[in-house]
Formats: sequence, structure tokens, C-alpha cells
Amino acid sequence: MIATGNHAVAYGVKAARAEVIAAYPITPQTQIIEKLSEFIEKGEMRAKFLRVESEHSAMAACIGASACGARAFTATSSQGLLYMSEMVFWAGLGSFPVVMAVVTRALAPPWSIWNEHTDILSQRDAGWIVIMCESVQEAYDASIQAFRIAEDRRVRQPVMFGLDAFSLSHTSERLDLIGQEEADAFLPAPEGDWKVIDVQEPTTYGNMASPERMMEIRHSTMERLKESSGVIEEAASEFSRVSGRQQAGLVEEYRTSGAEVMLVVVGASSGDAKDAADALRDEGVRAGVLRLRVIRPFPSERIRAALQGCKAVAVVDRDYSFGLGGIIGQEVASATGAGPFNYIAGIGGRDLSVMDFAGIARDAIRRAEAGEGRGEIWWGIKGSQEPSR
Amino acid sequence: MRNLTDEEYLLPGNAACPGCAAVMAMRIGLKVLGPRTILVIPACCMSVVQGHCPKTPSKVPIFNTAFAASAATASGIRAALEMKGIMDVNIVCWAGDGGTADIGIQSLSGAAERGDDLIYVCYDNEAYMNTGTQRSGSTPEGARTTTTITGKSEGKKDVPGIMIAHRIPYVATACTSYPLDFANKLRRAISMRGTRYIHLLSPCPPGWRYPTEKTVEVGKLAVESGAWILYEWAGGRCRLTGPSSGLAERSKRRPLEEYLRIQGRFAQADPSKIEGMKRRIDEEWERILALCKG
Amino acid sequence: MLGGPVSKATEGAGGLTGMWRIRRPEVDNSMCTKCHLCWLFCPEGVVRRGCKGEIWIVYEFCKGCGICAEVCAARAIRMVREV
Repeated sequence: MIATGNHAVAYGVKAARAEVIAAYPITPQTQIIEKLSEFIEKGEMRAKFLRVESEHSAMAACIGASACGARAFTATSSQGLLYMSEMVFWAGLGSFPVVMAVVTRALAPPWSIWNEHTDILSQRDAGWIVIMCESVQEAYDASIQAFRIAEDRRVRQPVMFGLDAFSLSHTSERLDLIGQEEADAFLPAPEGDWKVIDVQEPTTYGNMASPERMMEIRHSTMERLKESSGVIEEAASEFSRVSGRQQAGLVEEYRTSGAEVMLVVVGASSGDAKDAADALRDEGVRAGVLRLRVIRPFPSERIRAALQGCKAVAVVDRDYSFGLGGIIGQEVASATGAGPFNYIAGIGGRDLSVMDFAGIARDAIRRAEAGEGRGEIWWGIKGSQEPSR
Repeated sequence: MRNLTDEEYLLPGNAACPGCAAVMAMRIGLKVLGPRTILVIPACCMSVVQGHCPKTPSKVPIFNTAFAASAATASGIRAALEMKGIMDVNIVCWAGDGGTADIGIQSLSGAAERGDDLIYVCYDNEAYMNTGTQRSGSTPEGARTTTTITGKSEGKKDVPGIMIAHRIPYVATACTSYPLDFANKLRRAISMRGTRYIHLLSPCPPGWRYPTEKTVEVGKLAVESGAWILYEWAGGRCRLTGPSSGLAERSKRRPLEEYLRIQGRFAQADPSKIEGMKRRIDEEWERILALCKG
Repeated sequence: MLGGPVSKATEGAGGLTGMWRIRRPEVDNSMCTKCHLCWLFCPEGVVRRGCKGEIWIVYEFCKGCGICAEVCAARAIRMVREV
């Protein structure tokens, strides 16, 4: 079939048999919940849909449902994610295996509905597993894998997966669905044994923890996030078998072998980066692409291995941490111990094309050859002295 | 009182202040609600009352949630139980006045508008007592708090009125000094489905500044002076309950001063301020009596 | 749940709250009319009633608020200073 990223997510969540969906509209996410609402109202999907009055309440309802052992889903974007943030942390720190789709979008002011990753990355410390999708197909695949990862006994943490505003959310691409039987085999009905609310076995969840207990509670969450790396890889390889489509686990390496310049990228524009690598290779420039599919847990080891021996590393950030730099750039720097060239690009939906990636790769080689150290480059900014392409 | 079980669902030795009306009412409330009850509690005095993990005084499940989120959390719990076919459980939000009138009103309004199947009890101690007595939307005019040291200049937000405007099946006011009236209202609420709301005036010795043994008397004076009106609203009809049903005429009520003087929080209210408070109370009575006439 | 912040019901979740007490309620069951308002109004649930309607106090947890004595019309409970 042909579908948009948003509809792909809705099909995925339907296949995953989410039981409780609570959501609030926000562009460019709304089609996800419209489609799910339609599935439920037409009787094609058995779930409770709570049309809540805010994102804060959406996540609160998902947490309440998850605390009863139900499979819960929501979707949001940008301002909605930030408004929800208190409950995003509640879900993560409380180890509730909720799943959320985040259509990444720039934050206001000024108003913008276009793509940027700062929204999803702002929640990276909340105890969630964070996945970034490259394609419509991957958004569908991730929406099923997310529940399996979240509910795995070794993990029991929530999962959010990001899809870029418009370039994925509203772009129609080919989409292959898996059959319901295959989906059920991959993701059995929830056991719900993570539940903390049960009138048969009454407990109080979340009352005061003294300093004598809190550190251990956080430590166990840390260990489960660590453990999740293997679970994510397992889910990807199992889903590859079920779907017949090769799934990326933590990272995807594209023409990385022998690369002199590596483009480190996230999200939908990774495809353009790969096209740029192809073009550069044709011209004799050994370019490769390292796509980070998972941002939390941060795949430091995989990144270190992939970047070893690379002359120039160009991390392209579609996000920014004011007063520091690109978020992924900083994290790659901390993982590798070496400063990459950090390109800030595509902010607020600014075009980020194959040409841009090729230009970035060449720029990074030039800087490396000139012996420049770690640097931050706002790629394509108007009125700047920096060469743009 | 014969209908109240000796079984305690809120065990002794909890961390509430001595003389706390809020735990007094929760103890009675849980006897009425019974073991097939789930409590959802946002940040409030009740978060402290529970003591420290891994201990709790509650024999029914409590789910602690964020300050603004109790009603929405309860909606999610109800949705999950419905999906699992569990239909005989009371889901009860038990929230303070800050978590109801102020920060939590959006999620409460959302749940009520959707008609989600839950009981919401606001125990109203008329300020942010958990953080040390700061002014809330539910603090009455003239009351001293740590953020209104000369007395609050605005009136109390009418949350039961707001809930009536949502046209939910049941809205009632209650006071901890009339536990049987409260118990009856809870029983009525339990017998219905949809969003049900009880607003429970809950005197607070440290916050209202009176000796701990006076908790029952202070609450009684609130009702007998007419400052707090006991009523229930169901099926489009409103009726006065308990002592309030005999207080429609102003002359039957005890002087407001008796209610004010027993508490330190109104110590600096001068006669002109008190006259203003009396006018507000009269207006409130007119409004409720008009509602009772239909 | 693995290391989760889950708590089980127990008396004394807030500690031995009887230690907070400054005044102690003492019941004279010979004066008691068995109206049990003390039982009804005790915030703590430390006033207990026996099968014959007699009353006693669980001092381990009684915080000594004095409400039981205050609501007792028969004056069968009086508050005595702890030494």
C-alpha cells in the first residue's frame, strides 16, 4: 500500500493491539490519532480511546492504564511534548511501558510547524528509550517493535519513536504491513505483570522515598536502560525475520567501511545523506553514513567502533542546546572522546538536501585537512561568513 | 453509624498531623467505599500522610500521580479496567483544594466533560497546607496564609458550582464534622456511574490555627454559621442536607463571628471585612436556595 | 516490580506516632454511654470498640489530638498530660 508516516504509525499501533489510547490533537501528529480513532469507531480495533483535554492528561491517562497492566499508546509533537513533559518523566521514572510516537517539530516562538528534533531530544533524560525513524516503513515497523521492547521483562521502560514532521508524517511512501497473526506472534497480548494497581493485591505506588532508597530505584532504571540495548537489537533481528525487511537496531552503517568522512545523522534526512555518500563515492570521495536509530540508550560503543580511523566526522544536528552546541554532536563527542565537526542544519524545517550533505562532507574534509579542531558550523545560515555549500 | 464497618482501611500510625480532618474523612470514606476501591492521589497532604516507602497506611491500592493529573490518571485506570472486563471497582480521586481548584481543574474538567466513570473527592482545607499554608483559589476571603499575610482579598472559588455546570450525575458538598452525611453522599455517588464529585470541607489545625481537639467543633461552626452549606445536586435537582436544611433563614444561623473567632487565621479581620464576608455568604445562600427551587 | 517504589499496608507507616503525644486520652468505661462518637471521629482509628460496646485506645499510635474527649458528651474520656 501507499501511506503517510502518520497512517503507518496508526496501522502499526493497530497491529500491536494497543488497549488504551489517550491523545490530544497537534499538527503534524493529528492524523495518527484520527486514524486510530477511526479504526476503533469502525470496530476494526478493540481499544479505549480517551479524547483528553491536554497532552499532560494524555500521558497521565496512559500511565494510569499502564499501571493496571494495559498496553497504552499516545502520540504528540513539539509544544504538546513539552506540555506533557512532567508526565513523560513520570512514565520513565516509574517504569511504565507506555509507547509514544513523537512527530518532531520546531518549538515556538515564533510559531513553526516544520521539522526539528529539539522537542524529542529535550526529553532524552526521562528514562525512555528513544528511537528515530528514517522512513514511513520504519515508522510502522518501530511502532510494533516499541511495545515489545518496552514490555520486555529485562526492560519495562517506555519507548518513544520520532518521525520527522512532514518529510515522514505527511509524505506518502510504499508501506508493507505484516499480517495480524505475525504481529501477534511477534508481540503477544500483554501479560500486564508490570501492573502496580490491583485490588486483589493492594499496594501503594509512588509514596515518599527517602534518600536511603531513591538512589537504588534510579540505579535499577539505569541498569534496565543499559539492558535494553540488547533487547532492541533482538527485536530488530526478530522483526527482520518476521517482516522479511532488514531492520536497523541501534545504528545503521551505510558504506562506512574505509570511509574517510562520516556523516553522522538522525531521522528522515538520513536517506539524503546516503544519496550524498553514493554521489561522493562516485567522485572518489570515500564517504559513509552512520545513522543513529536509537538515541537512548545512546549507542556509544557502536559509534566509537564505526568512527574509528575516520579522517573527518561530520555530525549533523537538526536541533540545538543553547550555550553548548548540537545535542547529538555533543553526545558523539562524549562517546568518542574526540570533537567532531558539528553541523547545525535544517533548523525549523530549513531544507536539508543531498547537495547539503555532500557539501557538509566536503567541508568537513577541508576542515580536517586544514587541521581545524572541534567546531560548530551553522550550515547554510544567511548572512554568515561561513561557506554555505 | 451501624452501617460503618469496624474494619480499618487506613491504618493507625500514618504521618498525618494530630487532629487532621482529612484523614478522619478518608478513614470513614474507605469504610464506605470498601476494599474494591482504587485511590488516585496527586501531590497534597495525603502524599505525606502515606509515610515512606515501603510502608503505607492504606489497605486499598493508592496510585500517586502528579499534581495536575489526578482525574486524567483515573480516566486511564478506568479505561484499562474496562478493557480487562473489571467493572466493580470504585476509582476515586482524593485530592486537596490546590490540586482541584487550581492546578488540577483542567484534568478534572476534562474527565467530567467526557463523563469518565470516577468519583472525585476534594478535601478542602482552604490553602496549600502540605507546603505550609499558602493561598489557593479555595482560600476564603479574609483568611491569613503565608502568601496573604493581611488576609486574602478575594473570595473562594466555587468548585462545586463549576462541577454542576458540567452537568455530571452527582455533585455534593460535605464537611468532615458530619461524617454520616458524608458517608451517605459517598453511598449515593457509588450507586451512580459517570463523574461524581464531592467537595469536603476539611478543617486543618495548623493551617487554620486552632487547637487540635477543636477540629469537629470548627467544622460544625462552619456549617451552623452558614459559611459552608451542605447540599447535594443530582438529576438537575438540588437539596440542602444535614443541619444546612434548617438554616435557609439567616436568623437560624449562628453568628459568623463564632466561626471566625475560634480560628487564628481570621484574627485580623476587622468588622468591615467581616461584613463583607457576611454579604458573600448571604449571596451564596441565595444562589443555592435558587438552585434548590429549580 | 523490579526495585519499584511499591509499598505495603502496615500500621505505623509514619512511625510510632504515639511518641508524638503530649496528652493522653483516658477512658472511664463506667461513664461511657456507648454512643461511639469517639470511635467515629478519631482521625487515626486508634479508638477501638469491643463486643460489649466498651472503648479502649491504641496508645502505640494515638497522637493525642484530644478529639475523642472533646466529642464525648458523657465526659468519659479525659486528656491527661504525659509526663
